[in-house]
Amino acid sequence: MFEYAPAPESRSVVDIKPSYGLFIDGKFVDPTDGGSFKSINPASEEVLAEVAEAGGQDVDRAVRAARTAYDKVWGPMPGRDRAKYLYRIARIIQERSRELAVLESLDNGKPIKESRDVDVPLVGAHFFYYAGWADKLEHAGFGANPRPLGVAAQVIPWNFPLLMLAWKIAPALAAGNTVVLKPAETTPLTALLFAEICQQADLPAGVVNIVTGAGDTGRALVEHPGVDKVAFTGSTEVGRAIARSVAGTRKKLTLELGGKAANIVFDDAPIDQAVEGIVNGIFFNQGHVCCAGSRLLIQENVADRVLESLKRRMAQLRVGDPLDKNTDIGAINSAAQLARIKELSDAGSAEGAERWSPPCELPDRGFWFAPTIFTGVTQAHRIAREEIFGPVLSVLTFRTPAEAVEKANNTPYGLSAGIWTDKGSRILWTADRLRAGVVWANTFNKFDPTSPFGGYKESGYGREGGRHGLEGYLNV
Amino acid sequence: MSERVAVRKTYKLFIGGKFPRSESGRSYIVQDANVALSSRKDARDAVVAARAAVKGWAGATAYNRGQILYRVAEMLEGRREQFVALGVPADEVDAAIDRWVWYAGWSDKLAQVYGGANPVAGPYFNLSAPEPTGVVAVVAPEAPALLGLVSVIAPAIVTGNTVVVAASPAQPLAAVTLAEVLATSDLPGGVVNILTGRLSETVPTLAGHMDVNAIDLTGVADAELAADLEVKAAQNLKRVLRPAPVDHDWFADPGIARMTTLLETKTVWHPKGV
Repeated sequence: MFEYAPAPESRSVVDIKPSYGLFIDGKFVDPTDGGSFKSINPASEEVLAEVAEAGGQDVDRAVRAARTAYDKVWGPMPGRDRAKYLYRIARIIQERSRELAVLESLDNGKPIKESRDVDVPLVGAHFFYYAGWADKLEHAGFGANPRPLGVAAQVIPWNFPLLMLAWKIAPALAAGNTVVLKPAETTPLTALLFAEICQQADLPAGVVNIVTGAGDTGRALVEHPGVDKVAFTGSTEVGRAIARSVAGTRKKLTLELGGKAANIVFDDAPIDQAVEGIVNGIFFNQGHVCCAGSRLLIQENVADRVLESLKRRMAQLRVGDPLDKNTDIGAINSAAQLARIKELSDAGSAEGAERWSPPCELPDRGFWFAPTIFTGVTQAHRIAREEIFGPVLSVLTFRTPAEAVEKANNTPYGLSAGIWTDKGSRILWTADRLRAGVVWANTFNKFDPTSPFGGYKESGYGREGGRHGLEGYLNV
Repeated sequence: MSERVAVRKTYKLFIGGKFPRSESGRSYIVQDANVALSSRKDARDAVVAARAAVKGWAGATAYNRGQILYRVAEMLEGRREQFVALGVPADEVDAAIDRWVWYAGWSDKLAQVYGGANPVAGPYFNLSAPEPTGVVAVVAPEAPALLGLVSVIAPAIVTGNTVVVAASPAQPLAAVTLAEVLATSDLPGGVVNILTGRLSETVPTLAGHMDVNAIDLTGVADAELAADLEVKAAQNLKRVLRPAPVDHDWFADPGIARMTTLLETKTVWHPKGV
């Protein structure tokens, strides 16, 4: 590998406060019955800030603020004016993009080139896209007079903190709802910066409320009788618990949960392109991606060639400082997540799969895991069935297209899938048979505000993005 | 001449295109007839039949599904008097026939209305299309006996799902008679399966069944039971249609939400290039 001089992005653009309150009714306030917790930089374990932990009363306060804003301001406001606020927010995100990207990389551990080139541009685009829907809802195909639901409770994960916030808040506000959002406890900082952006945009108080905290805060929010809508992105286990907790209520629920996507490489695929797609599929964002291509299915007669090429490519991946512009793979988001990745990887070895990682020096402090592949994986192995949510790829082989489809669908998940082949009819044949919400053919991990995203089966229900993304926030 | 002795009908279950008795050998008296009392095993057998029918039905062309739903309307029209004789008001039978026709027309239009091309910011072909979710368990409403039943079955199957229907325990005869209509409409066996008997026996089994993809609780009048079923359904994250409000107007335009709740949207990306 070439030696590169360090090229760190400056963090001086970000002003992190020593402590943050809850964002309720347009103001930062101290918690009344909660405590606080620390958010750390997973690349160095340095404490970034002390963040308020919302208790039940705080959640109640936030829900009431959202209700009042819905009844008095946001609900009655013409769509044209809601649109203008959303456009303002989109613009401020674009204007402050560097700051958001650096803060995201600091708090989450993802490489700056991803937060700068993928996450933050998509966040701005998402608000821009949904802003335009706010005054066109009657044309969205959900009837002549689609109505908002009211107050939306939204709980998001730590893998794309700001992007998941955008996926939740933009369609909710465009449709005329107000929101209470809980960011993940390991990555609250960009959501709190977003709260400042709402202030800067003069968004009416109470339309967006941010309550920070961990599982208890999320539970209090989701179970609050005053919310009309629950939207959750996270693990299938928690999704199940939420589905149970809203049973018997009139709360509308959308869930975007785990995945174990198959990335299928046929023997006529352009190998170099496929290898780039495989790498992007599993190592993008350290593999902390619900739609990651974590099961590689290679047609048997090209398996050796693909693996050789893949290993050569993996040896070029740079693991290290997330703020370095040359970094390909950043830090694992938390000690807990690192422990889970290690546990499942050890299970892979113990169950008989063969483990390989390129020679790779990892920093002494922080949470790190080298890019890893397992070959000789069978469908019964835990690493072929369970979501690892890390830079770990399980490789299986197949002989016929029918076998590829059979293996690809042999999972309770159904979020995404990949197909690599030069034959158009084979792409369409395969895509038709894959039980997955997003199918990338000769590409992988592409996202766009206009393109609906979401899963089949135990990957959840409802779609985010596109016209479809409005449905979860309208009374249809 | 003595008066002719009528040949009475045996009201049985409808599973996999056949009319079996309950494997439990039980029946109950309702609407002056002995009606099969389904067991949990019958419910599981019905799911197996429904699952087996998914591949063919979901894989059929939308045009073909539309033809078959329209054929159901034709057959129902021909058996109009049978339903009237069961006590279904004539205007309700008419509305049920019309509902089949209405849904038949959706088969090859919904993908155009509900899916489409997405203008992504890059050189990609990007298309979203709806697909059936798979096997749907349906609790039919008690009233209106026929129109309510048709209004929950048709939107589920027109898009390619297969269903296991728990008929109203108090009004099962319309359901069994509708099964006779379906059996003569070129509808492949297993696309619609109908269970009669107690909801408390069959529906919890369906709600907790890991090979059922969605559950329609429309006919569950007891709020506590509905909540319990929704909890069971969460085990494999079934798509859930919650109970209809008591004042629901079954004669009104149904809209498309019944269909779309039981659909998945698949979005396919491909790069453009030379």
